[in-house]
Amino acid sequence: MTTTDTTAGTATATDPALTSAALALGDDALVLAQRLGEWAGNAPVLEEEVALANIALDLLGQARVLLSLAGDEDELAFLREERAFRNVQLVEQPNGDFAHTIARQLYFSTYQRLLYAALAAGDTPLAGLAAKAVKEVAYHQDHAEHWTLRLGDGTEESHRRMRTACEALWRYTGELFQPLDGLGLDTTALEAAWLDSVTAVLTRAGLPVPSGSRTGAWRAGAGRQGLHTEHFGRLLAEMQHLHRSHPGATW
Amino acid sequence: MSSDTWPLWEVFVRSRRGLSHTHAGSLHAPDAEMALRNARDLYTRRMEGVSLWVVPSASITASSPDEKDPFFEPAADKPYRHPTFYEIPEGVKHL
Repeated sequence: MTTTDTTAGTATATDPALTSAALALGDDALVLAQRLGEWAGNAPVLEEEVALANIALDLLGQARVLLSLAGDEDELAFLREERAFRNVQLVEQPNGDFAHTIARQLYFSTYQRLLYAALAAGDTPLAGLAAKAVKEVAYHQDHAEHWTLRLGDGTEESHRRMRTACEALWRYTGELFQPLDGLGLDTTALEAAWLDSVTAVLTRAGLPVPSGSRTGAWRAGAGRQGLHTEHFGRLLAEMQHLHRSHPGATW
Repeated sequence: MSSDTWPLWEVFVRSRRGLSHTHAGSLHAPDAEMALRNARDLYTRRMEGVSLWVVPSASITASSPDEKDPFFEPAADKPYRHPTFYEIPEGVKHL
């Protein structure tokens, strides 16, 4: 990221509600991009490594525009403490095995596609970004769905792993539909559409729809309130250490 | 799952409407649909294409290098197969 790039959002949003919404969505994209980037050099096959890196770069591009609406993108990405990040807990969950990464992608890209489609149809300053990003995210969702079908309906082991992953991440999916001020979204409708879509894919893949609660037991809130899971600190340390050790470093 | 067990696919990219598909390279994928998606990520990220074909490499029958001489050599000394071999008679205006 550089601060000199002017293609990203040029004007910082003035409406405070919109600023915090842009920050939340920008943090989602940034943190998931960082997680997916961890597959570089570690993916099961070269072709899949490129696919995941592509998705990560799409998300990073979205994060840059969104964070620029909320302030200085570099400062926001590299100099905030854990509690100041507003991303949902789903995106910070570790990559785990490939099935965990795919389950996380399925849950998140389905949400993001519905979200951006709704934003693109609206008239907030995010509509332009959303109209462009919804095409990128449609591919992310397609990628996740195809892998869900193949893993769920593959070998006994792939089915078991995919099922475990879908169940493990289920409790982080409720947070996606917390209302975000300033966006004028019908999150109830969004959630219903999400549940329909995910149910359809899981059913086609021969996987049971997880039956557990879709939220954590912690009443004080979650990622949107700055409360993160224990994995998040390490992710931030890796993402921020270079900039913090060498402020303003570029190449 | 490893690339050892995934078949190889040849990728053909059409760069613009009106041009034919051109061989771009090859990749591993578990099936045709995933091969198309991998091809999209590997070969069309920089606006290189408007259409993609993937073909199982095993389906391609190639000429053997051993047969190179009987296959291609005889064409070398037959310049009359090229239109430039023939002189255009005078008076032919619209050729």
